[in-house]
Amino acid sequence: MKKSVLFGTLTAAGLAAGAASAATLDDVQARGTLNCGVTTGLVGFAAPDADGEWQGFDVAVCRAVAAAVLGDPMAVEFVPTTGQTRFTALASGEIDMLARNTTWTFTRDVDLKFEFVGINYYDGQAFMVPRDLGVSSAMDLDGATVCIQTGTTTELNLADFFRVNDMEYEPLPIETNAEAQQQYLAGACDVYTTDSSGLAATRASFENPSDHVILPETVSKEPLGPLVRHGDNEWGDVVRWTLMSLIAAEEMGVTADNVEEMAEGTDDPEINRMLGSSGELGAKLGLDSDWAVRAIQAGGNYGELFAKHIGEETPVGLARGLNAQYTDGGLLYAMPFR
Amino acid sequence: MSEVHAETTRFVRTEMVAEQDPPITETGAVKWVRENLFSGWLNVLLTVLSLFIIYTILAALLPWFANSVWTAESLAGCREVLSEQGLSGHGGACFSVITERWNQLIFGFYPPELYWRPILAFVVFLLGIAPVLFQGMPRQALWGSMAAPFVVYWLIWGGSLWGPVLTAAGFGIGAAAFIVISRAAGNILGSLAALLLPVLFWMFLVSPLVSGLASVAPLEITKVESNDIGGFMLALIIGISGIILSLPLGILLALGRQSHLFIITKVSVAFIEIIRGVPLIVWLFTASLLLNYFLPPGTDFDLMLRVIIMVTLFASAYIAEVVRGGLAALPKGQYEAADALGLDYAKSMRLIILPQALKISIPGIVNTFIGLFKDTTLVVFIGLLDPIGLTNAIRATTEWNGIYWELFIFIGLMFFIFCYSMGRYSIYLEKKLQREHR
Repeated sequence: MKKSVLFGTLTAAGLAAGAASAATLDDVQARGTLNCGVTTGLVGFAAPDADGEWQGFDVAVCRAVAAAVLGDPMAVEFVPTTGQTRFTALASGEIDMLARNTTWTFTRDVDLKFEFVGINYYDGQAFMVPRDLGVSSAMDLDGATVCIQTGTTTELNLADFFRVNDMEYEPLPIETNAEAQQQYLAGACDVYTTDSSGLAATRASFENPSDHVILPETVSKEPLGPLVRHGDNEWGDVVRWTLMSLIAAEEMGVTADNVEEMAEGTDDPEINRMLGSSGELGAKLGLDSDWAVRAIQAGGNYGELFAKHIGEETPVGLARGLNAQYTDGGLLYAMPFR
Repeated sequence: MSEVHAETTRFVRTEMVAEQDPPITETGAVKWVRENLFSGWLNVLLTVLSLFIIYTILAALLPWFANSVWTAESLAGCREVLSEQGLSGHGGACFSVITERWNQLIFGFYPPELYWRPILAFVVFLLGIAPVLFQGMPRQALWGSMAAPFVVYWLIWGGSLWGPVLTAAGFGIGAAAFIVISRAAGNILGSLAALLLPVLFWMFLVSPLVSGLASVAPLEITKVESNDIGGFMLALIIGISGIILSLPLGILLALGRQSHLFIITKVSVAFIEIIRGVPLIVWLFTASLLLNYFLPPGTDFDLMLRVIIMVTLFASAYIAEVVRGGLAALPKGQYEAADALGLDYAKSMRLIILPQALKISIPGIVNTFIGLFKDTTLVVFIGLLDPIGLTNAIRATTEWNGIYWELFIFIGLMFFIFCYSMGRYSIYLEKKLQREHR
């Protein structure tokens, strides 16, 4: 997004001038709540339910961090941010961390002075077409009209993909996902393209989801992850290792149900180190020894969170795919707790 | 029938002819229809065409409303209920989303057990505004109107009662300072003192006093964060604060622009032109993004307050121009007459010029207010969850993903009620103040 680069530059200027306070961990603990930036609403990732409680896959990361740091997964003040306001909100200290399906890119990491602490969802841009169109591969889309959100990286990826494959297309620029759904259903465009998680959620909301197919090609890499401000490495470590503990917990078979029991001590030395029954890992983070236990209890390990919010049993219905553990052929690979 | 002609008249009817109904074509609905709808071939054609259009629209809309589902748990549930009745997913409205989420659309994330507080605050606001709007109310009630904003603030945000009380006391200090010092040392010094003293009081004395008094008598109710306020409550808070604050500011700016004092004129002109020349959305982004950099890090300057300030400034620039139009419409003789009576500037404005100028400006002012109230929906772009923002958030749940019209109809209806009431009040006020043609 071009706008975000502009605001990001302002961010950097502001940071240099303001030198935001470094000890976020102390601030959070003194305040007693974690200020977590989320989207204003994205199916499966963050949305308030009927009681006003935020739910979703990104939200779960915030809750896990709050549980690890403050001992209460509900001690989170969610700050809804838009694509434009998210980076300034983080840079100015309005929020302590941002968990808003943000793609980890060079510019955001280096130029905007943020620190991506890991990846909680590997996404990629894909195409959705009506089944009637009879298209089975994105290579057959020559001459198609494509609904595309303006000002996003998906727009650029789309242009690249069609140029590289020497195909023509007619873009139909639209502003929001909601508008895109209406245009696509009304037949204004043959193809709708956005991140595949978004496509799946959109398709799930249709009256007859099976009338639409998501084409197998993924034309971009969109690694989405939580991020914090540059320059406060202690806080960055806390968020990074909270995320790692969720991923590692799935790998090692620690779940929300059995974590209490496993925290007593197991045969696996790595589980013991992570859950604090041996070693001093918690203290090194500036937390107590039960931090990971609480993070996992907050909503479960990575696999449980995935299944609960966006997995195949939910209306969003995403397969694990790239987001499986490396042992299952995915890309999730937690660093060792040692 | 005079006596003179009594003998010459051959026939005199001795009783009245019985009253008869007018011909059916010359009375009631039939006459109206004949005259208004079928008075010529062109009108017949247009009537038939209009009836056809109205029928087409109603034929599509009425079944949709009639078949609406009010109790399903999700959009899929709605579609299930509709398909059981043999209808397609578009055969009926799914107002269940309103049933389930209307609390959220109205109060945002305000704690449900405290809903009585904003409701009470709204009643206090209505009671407070009534004496201002309707002159028939007893004038003493205006004291209550002055207290109302502080009561409303306390009810909505909660916390210690002493904060609003002492803030109000600041205004009292300002008024007292003006009266005392302007008597002793003239108007200019008086105004200056009235500006400076309260500001000093708010900056240095209020917070220690609040904590001091709170430790003696807490008088606290549960605090609610601005983050939790959303939906129509947010739109109303921003809209009403903007309306109430921008009117006096706009009048001052309009007078400033007409002033003969060089600096005051130029400052007013620059302010009005700059604020008016930039879109509101840019000012909102300024409030939400840029101010973060100008303020020292860690300052917790409420986003909603920043937005209210920006909206107020924006509306006041427009009000200033509307009021300036009213001032310009007054004949020069009115100004000269006020001077000839020996009134000073303040008195001539208060007694002669402004009452007439404001009366002329009423439609324009109300027009600006209605625009301002609707513009509050722009805050969705800086991540505040106003009704429109909440529709996005509601659509982002798996239950309601893909629902549009029902939410927008509800929101449109609510906005219409508020804006239409404002419009009606404006007409009432114009009629009441109409003096030329009595």
